[in-house]
Amino acid sequence: METLLQQTLNGLVAGSIYALVALGYTMVYGILGLINFAHGEIVMVGALVALQTILFLSSAVPGLPPLVLLLAGVVVAVPACMALGYLIERIGYRRLRNAPRLAPLITAIGVSFLLQTLAMIIWGREFHVFPQLIDTAPMQPVAGVVVSPMQIFTIVVAFTLMGGLMLLVNKSRLGRAMRATAENHRVAGLMGINANGVIAATFIIGSGLAALAGVLFASNYAIAHYSMGFTPGLKAFTAAVLGGIGNLPGAMVGGLVLGLVESFGAGYIEHLSFGFLNSSYQDIFAFMILGAVLIFRPSGLLGERVADRA
Amino acid sequence: MTSTSTTLPRPPGFSLDLRLQQPLLIVLAAAAPLVALAFGASWVRVLDFALLYVLLAIGLNLVVGFAGLLDLGYIAFYAVGAYTWAFLASPHFGIHLPFWIVLPLGAAFAALAGIMLGFPTLRLRGDYLAIVTLGFGEIIRIFMNNLNQPINITNGPQGIDMIDPLTIAGIDLSRNLDLFGMQVPSLVLYYYAFLGAVVLALVLVRRLQISRVGRAWAAIREDELAAKAIGIDTRMMKLLAFALGATFGGVSGGLFAAFQGFVSPESFSLMESIVVLTMIVLGGMGNLAGVVFGAIVLTALPELLRHFAVPLQVALFGKTLLDPEVLRMLLLSLAMILMMLWRPAGLLPARTRYAHREGRKA
Repeated sequence: METLLQQTLNGLVAGSIYALVALGYTMVYGILGLINFAHGEIVMVGALVALQTILFLSSAVPGLPPLVLLLAGVVVAVPACMALGYLIERIGYRRLRNAPRLAPLITAIGVSFLLQTLAMIIWGREFHVFPQLIDTAPMQPVAGVVVSPMQIFTIVVAFTLMGGLMLLVNKSRLGRAMRATAENHRVAGLMGINANGVIAATFIIGSGLAALAGVLFASNYAIAHYSMGFTPGLKAFTAAVLGGIGNLPGAMVGGLVLGLVESFGAGYIEHLSFGFLNSSYQDIFAFMILGAVLIFRPSGLLGERVADRA
Repeated sequence: MTSTSTTLPRPPGFSLDLRLQQPLLIVLAAAAPLVALAFGASWVRVLDFALLYVLLAIGLNLVVGFAGLLDLGYIAFYAVGAYTWAFLASPHFGIHLPFWIVLPLGAAFAALAGIMLGFPTLRLRGDYLAIVTLGFGEIIRIFMNNLNQPINITNGPQGIDMIDPLTIAGIDLSRNLDLFGMQVPSLVLYYYAFLGAVVLALVLVRRLQISRVGRAWAAIREDELAAKAIGIDTRMMKLLAFALGATFGGVSGGLFAAFQGFVSPESFSLMESIVVLTMIVLGGMGNLAGVVFGAIVLTALPELLRHFAVPLQVALFGKTLLDPEVLRMLLLSLAMILMMLWRPAGLLPARTRYAHREGRKA
């Protein structure tokens, strides 16, 4: 029972980070029908820029409180990633909006590897230790479950952001423009919506969320590395598909479900496979879920039936 | 995504004048290792690898270029072929089967893997397919890395070594051959063996391309709905593309294992899949000459960088700022982006793809 609760908590922490990243995938997909492969790398850039800022500040102004440092990291990383997201859309994808499907997809893969390589050049191949500005040491166990302040912080921040995004999309003018553009660019354009602006805004918002997810991810696992964005990116994409791609609440649900499945899977895989497989197979779950969802319920958990554009 | 082409595209050919160029190409291909040998054995090695990559690129081109299905886990089939050879022709399990059993088996397993992957996923839209195949490649790699316990099957990250070399008609290609008093180095022997495989593959694929199947693939690539409407069994055809593409990967993998004498999961990373994809993107999707060209250029690239970019950097800045491996990744990713933006058909475009492409922009 205690393991069960513990795995649930771990799953929720990972899941809420996946959900934040998944939102970026799903927003872009909803509007452009494009899998933005480079989205995972934005998570990485966010984490590394924040790390750089924190290291710089803590050596320039010694004695700053940890929360201020973390906040400063976020304040630099989020706009940096937003600018990056905008540039990627503007330079890489906009010209290819009406090209055959394979073209933007291949560009996206190229952008992803370009960002990884550039990060490798700037930050080197080594694993960096991300300072633990919020305590990741466990507090007093509650009902046998070990919780750290960082985990609580992660869940609270992630849910706040998700709530904020829902408000933005459902209540604001920009949100309405986004929904209209997702429905149909051309008609939205005729209604006086600046479709290019809305698409750029989508990339910017998604990238901001990804940057925050990167900081949360790095803080939780105390590590930052040029290739750290790839796997979470893939998993977040899986989460987006699981929830129904293009559907915002779906991405959140998908992220949480994926986090939980992974956490339980890693915990129980040895029993399930009679000791044949162990927890090093954890990463397989995301792909198996992805495969299963695409085969049995391609529209995802919360998705509506989308027209097959193939 | 509608295509406005009204005429059926003629099957694309080599974009070179065959009558004039073919003998030239044959001479060039036959003499290449001897010329390379003059510059050092490492260049022959590069040529050998180039041929293996050509084989891979031809296979992936079948899937991506002909049928228009983006496969990002293609290297998994290469891995299946390589590990089949490693299992059946090495001291690891103590089995030593000859190549004419192992190679077809490896190809068959790879094809089977292709069908297993294709069967459930080919209903999916192109971009989903890309992700699922990517996941498949990663799963295969995770298994290779971890299947050393509880029963040791793949020997984990250490890989399998002392793999049997390719032995054709009693000639062990890993040893220098004494031919009428002349020493023919092993690397050159492997070159000709691989060249044979590549020529065979080219002939086969070329025949396939102008066959009914090839035209069906082209139709699916251009407009799947229309292809279905004119009575093409699209699922079967896509499955066929997947299986055949995988077969080439399997053969290439087997040859790789024999050539290297060693396989480990490291050789089958996602990066390799991306490299092969870049080869066909750079050369020209759907055009065999372009694919061959792309494969050769990109295999030689790291070696060229090592020889030219490093001294250049030292001369300019006094030290190596970017090592060749990083530079290669940088160039590869830039190539993918810039090619798609400015020359989506590749450096040597397939001839027929343009009638409709103009129409599509409208």
